[in-house]
Amino acid sequence: MGATTTQAGVARRRTPTPWGSYLTLAVAVAVMVLPLVWMVLAGFKDPDEIYSSPIQWLPATVDATNYASAINAVPFGNFFLNSAITTVIGAGLKMMLGLTTAYALVFLDFPLKKLVFGVVIFALLVPQQIVIIPNYTLVAELGWINTYQGIIVPGLASAFGTFLFRQHFLTLPASILEAAALDGAGHWTRLWRFLVPISAPTIAAVALVSIVAEWNEYLWPLLVVDRAEMMTLPVGLTLLQNNDGMADWGVLMAATVLVTAPVLIAFFALQKRIVSGLTAGAVTG
Amino acid sequence: MEQVTDTPVVSGGPRERTGHRSPPSTPAAGPAPRPVQRRRRTPWKAWLLFLLFAGPNVALLVIFTYKPLLQSLYYSTLQWNIGSAVAMPVGFQNYADWFTDPTTPRIIAVTLVFTLATVGGGMVIGLLLALVLNRRLRGTGAARTVVVAPYVLSGVAVGLLWLFVFDPNFGVTAALLRLVGLASPDWYNDPQWALAMVIVVYLWKNVGYVALIYLAALQSVPRDLVEAASIDGATSLRSFRSIVLPLLGPTTFFLAITTLLTSLQSFDIIQAMTKGGPLGGTTTMMYQIYQEGFQSGRAGYSSAVATILFAVLLLVTFAQLKYVDRKVHY
Repeated sequence: MGATTTQAGVARRRTPTPWGSYLTLAVAVAVMVLPLVWMVLAGFKDPDEIYSSPIQWLPATVDATNYASAINAVPFGNFFLNSAITTVIGAGLKMMLGLTTAYALVFLDFPLKKLVFGVVIFALLVPQQIVIIPNYTLVAELGWINTYQGIIVPGLASAFGTFLFRQHFLTLPASILEAAALDGAGHWTRLWRFLVPISAPTIAAVALVSIVAEWNEYLWPLLVVDRAEMMTLPVGLTLLQNNDGMADWGVLMAATVLVTAPVLIAFFALQKRIVSGLTAGAVTG
Repeated sequence: MEQVTDTPVVSGGPRERTGHRSPPSTPAAGPAPRPVQRRRRTPWKAWLLFLLFAGPNVALLVIFTYKPLLQSLYYSTLQWNIGSAVAMPVGFQNYADWFTDPTTPRIIAVTLVFTLATVGGGMVIGLLLALVLNRRLRGTGAARTVVVAPYVLSGVAVGLLWLFVFDPNFGVTAALLRLVGLASPDWYNDPQWALAMVIVVYLWKNVGYVALIYLAALQSVPRDLVEAASIDGATSLRSFRSIVLPLLGPTTFFLAITTLLTSLQSFDIIQAMTKGGPLGGTTTMMYQIYQEGFQSGRAGYSSAVATILFAVLLLVTFAQLKYVDRKVHY
């Protein structure tokens, strides 16, 4: 009786409060949150408070001096704009490529389908670092150093997205597409007018994960950009670190807050979708 | 291309489950005139259509993944500095150099320690977190969100904020250790402590992902089993080992491959915190590829390291696939 899920409430009564589990949860949450709190607090501290020998946990005043210094030391506005542009365009195009490729793999007749699918899947196994030197050489030859296309294009191809969209399309009932075909809709219309709207939750989930990845991308933009005004946020952040020998922790932490806050806010607002995007690849297996 | 629809009217026939083959596939029932022939020679329209839909993506994969993969193989046989117009073919000299270089054993050791600690540690901690999060306790929803949050943050930002936490003079760890009367290790200048620091930070950032995936898998395990496993005290560990763990097999396999790939690629945390130092204490093979290629400019040598690493990666992945064929029950 206690085993039936409908009676879960009753079953629960009988078990003692699982203090061990609560303790584990509390520790896990504290370990995850406290470093972030420390970062935010440090952003408001003046140097005396940061370099004080019994540690000073809280800033005496909440003022934005460090933020002003960070913004004045490096072109933060540019970083932000560059990150936004490369993220939106990069993730947007990647979604489109993933959707069209998945459509082709599922709904089009073509003899080399298996091969194309293999090409997409195997690419998942190739780490970016393995190919940075040839790609850097190519981008340099094209004159794309310090350009948006140089940052975006080499990482544009969609492998994981294609895989996920294919999985999703395979679960759709055939009747949807048959109805569209009866209407005389071409393949292009079928994809964008029929499939994309009914796949919105999946697409949103994959898109959000892709946006996060794009926003945080570091190695490639670091290689292909050396002019400050073309840098993205993560690259620009290290510029601040390298400015002088000794780290100015207050300023650096203020800048780190500026980089992480938008992502954290977006994450907490959209966490359901992001979480389903992150788990999408695993649970289908 | 008209569809020969047999949907509503001919409901009697055993309709073959054709999945989603698009229009003119063979209508299963009935002696259809000659539909087979139409499929045999792919009309140019079908080629064009497929090219339009899948072509751009495949082209990008070829240009920026497959071609460079081969190029990298070729570069590895050259003595060539990046940006230089002259390159000298040296055969396998770069490989020989790497295997005999005095720093190589250290780099292999660092790579192994970092990879095993982040992949193994991440899976163990992630599974434990998932088991706790899977219990119906107050606040597990919020806790799950918090645990995953660091995963979406920039590795550079995470590295920098932890660098301050670990500051041997003014950081949190130093203050906490002082509370219990200990001196802070020199996280910045001691190679071993630096490696430990980088591993801890990597785990902090990524363990939420593992927990999340395990949690999703656990939620598809019949609840009674898990509850039984966690309540029954003495037998709990055994029932967990013999019931829940096998059911998590496919997930563990998936995570083993994906976390191995991400761990081997980790760059931003190392770059932000230690730049491979001190004394090479955090230089993994992946970091060496970057260092040799872009700091020392030895593109040929760097490509050789990349090729070796990729070969190892392929071997490990295929070994895992082989293993899973025999061991994991779907």
